Amino acid sequence: MATVFVSMDSSARSVGADDVADAIRRAAEVRDLSVTIVRNGSRGMLWLEPLVEVETERGRVAYGPVTIQDVETLVDEGLFVGADHRLSLGSTEEIPWLARQTRYSFELVGLIDPLSPEDYEAHGGLSGLRKAITMQPAEIVELVTESGLRGRGGAGFPTGIKWETVLAAPTEDVKFVCANADEGDSGTFADRMLMEGNPFGLIEGMVIAGLATGATEGFVYVRSEYPDAIATMRTAIGVAHLRGWLGLNILGSHERFELSVRVGAGSYICGEETAMLESLEGRRGMVRAKPPLPAHAGLFERPTVINNVLTLASVPRIVADGPSVYRSFGVGRSRGTQVFQIGGNVARGGVVELPFGVTLGTLVNDFGGGTRSGRPIRAVQVGGPLGAYLPVAAFDVPMDYESFAAIDAMVGHGGVVVFDETVDMARQARFAMEFCAEESCGKCTPCRVGAVRGVEVIDRIIAGDHREANLVLLEDLCDLMASGSLCAMGSLTPMPVRSALTHFGNDFHRLPAALRSDASEPRSR
Amino acid sequence: MKGATGESPVYDIERVRVLAEERTSLRGSLLEILHAVQDTLGYVDETAIPIIADTLNLSKAEVLGVVSFYRDLRQEPPAQTVVRLCRGEACQSVGAERLVARARERFGLDIGESSTDGRVSLDQVFCLGNCALGPSAMVDGRLIGRLDEATLDVLMAPRL
Ligand SMILES: Cc1cc2nc3c(=O)[nH]c(=O)nc-3n(C[C@H](O)[C@H](O)[C@H](O)COP(=O)(O)O)c2cc1C
Ligand code: FES
Repeated sequence: MATVFVSMDSSARSVGADDVADAIRRAAEVRDLSVTIVRNGSRGMLWLEPLVEVETERGRVAYGPVTIQDVETLVDEGLFVGADHRLSLGSTEEIPWLARQTRYSFELVGLIDPLSPEDYEAHGGLSGLRKAITMQPAEIVELVTESGLRGRGGAGFPTGIKWETVLAAPTEDVKFVCANADEGDSGTFADRMLMEGNPFGLIEGMVIAGLATGATEGFVYVRSEYPDAIATMRTAIGVAHLRGWLGLNILGSHERFELSVRVGAGSYICGEETAMLESLEGRRGMVRAKPPLPAHAGLFERPTVINNVLTLASVPRIVADGPSVYRSFGVGRSRGTQVFQIGGNVARGGVVELPFGVTLGTLVNDFGGGTRSGRPIRAVQVGGPLGAYLPVAAFDVPMDYESFAAIDAMVGHGGVVVFDETVDMARQARFAMEFCAEESCGKCTPCRVGAVRGVEVIDRIIAGDHREANLVLLEDLCDLMASGSLCAMGSLTPMPVRSALTHFGNDFHRLPAALRSDASEPRSR
Repeated sequence: MKGATGESPVYDIERVRVLAEERTSLRGSLLEILHAVQDTLGYVDETAIPIIADTLNLSKAEVLGVVSFYRDLRQEPPAQTVVRLCRGEACQSVGAERLVARARERFGLDIGESSTDGRVSLDQVFCLGNCALGPSAMVDGRLIGRLDEATLDVLMAPRL
């Protein structure tokens, strides 16, 4: 009996994976063949979705991208035995795009049936938790500190130090662990793919965080734009309860941990950790002033661990392996692997997990294959809407926290968005301000008012109205927002704006559209 | 929800009370209650506000403040079909704005507008987590990748 894999990842579904899975099921029925169709997570080669894999003696063999029109011939030509076909990609593991990666946090995504606890355990799941249960909290914290793991939500704060603070914080009753699954940055989708492809990995990481810090209750705060991830997490939490991986007496021990999913409601700022806490408490997502740190007084004023999904999902394997394996990856103070997400105008987009230190050019050209449009690349935005726009000249800069900070850019959550030569960077700068104006929580003036003013000033620059004076004004405004805002929403919005001015200054000096004859032509550099 | 004839069924206030009471023991339950009310009844009617406030011992202003803060929470019944076009940077890079223009030119709908018969509304969203396969949209909760003008026409036309 053949086992066929068709992803249930929402990206795969967005281009027809459900239809392909149905068509395969029907084709098998008609031919009286018995097949099992496993809906796995995505391997991350998103341009090949819907990807179809079949289990053979040689391991899994892949075909893609498969459309419903392809299914009949594919089945007739021997899909179920892994035969050759126009859409054959050979052994999945040997596809160079995948083989060249270091899948650590994403090891099980695409490999396993996301909601099968048996599959999870068979592939090494729970070994981190089993080990952690035998350790003292301080030992777990020490191990995570040693590994060099830093937060993947954007700021890169050392995870072990955060946990140590929560462990040391006194409380009368409860401490919390919150997984930040708000993933609002455009160009990022790794949290979503992890939750859809390996939800038990996140759950295990959260339980370990609880053991390490004395926290007994957890929340996964998922953005509402991710209905599939929400459903998968909820089901997985239910399964984990039944298995004794959550609740009282975890794995037969005296440890306990309760976990539930909470859903956002369409607000980017709720990804900022203190706004997220407000939202979890049922209020408007207004940023809190720090101190107090959430580690001291977070959710309901209790000591709270807040970590990104990828941070937490990396923990089980780090604990199972010991700190040195993870530490051996990376460069300088950026240890381990980063799950890069290549998107936008790119030929081969998807998830590329590699040790820190890979260059932007390698990601965008070698993995990404250049633009989807076939035009030359002009700009790449790294690290989400608050990250810098970089020119091709920056393609040899290694991607690690420090090297990127040195060029006034940030790795952030690892999003890499490609633009071709038709992009107008003055408009992208305007969008950065517009986005901030739209999403600001409104608590502090530099962010709330500064962004609105920023849009107006850039509009005047684009229109050619007192351009030089307005460019000076824009600089001042950026200074004010960067130095005076309460949180990184306001203080980082100048990053994309300034990078556009620095690297693509010509776009701010073009003739106003009304005076141009070439308005629809690609922009010249 | 509003039907094709424009008649609105009565808003089931008793249901609101039950949904709220079922959730009062949850920590920080207000947002959970509002989600439940909207999922069940389509929107958060103004008549629901005092009931929720009463159940949680909050002021009406506090509840209304939360409802108005979050983009997802509606105070009006939604259209039969809600098309949300992604305008995040990754989708911009592959022509998201062309789709916004198409909706305007072909169907006369701008972002935030609904067709006069209440059947289709057009909305925007900043990133659906499908940034390698954009332009993306969400239509009645279903994610659509590599959206082009022709597919947008097919999605919107039969409903208009
Ligand atoms: C405007 C804004 C939005 C943010 N959005 C997210 C997000 O969607 N996901 C996330 O993990 N962190 C986000 N962060 C960072 C969080 O505040 C916080 O640093 C992070 O969740 C901590 O987890 P980590 O240490 O594992 O990175 C955001 C920060 C800001 C200022
Ligand atoms: S930017 Fe459109 S899906 Fe991410």
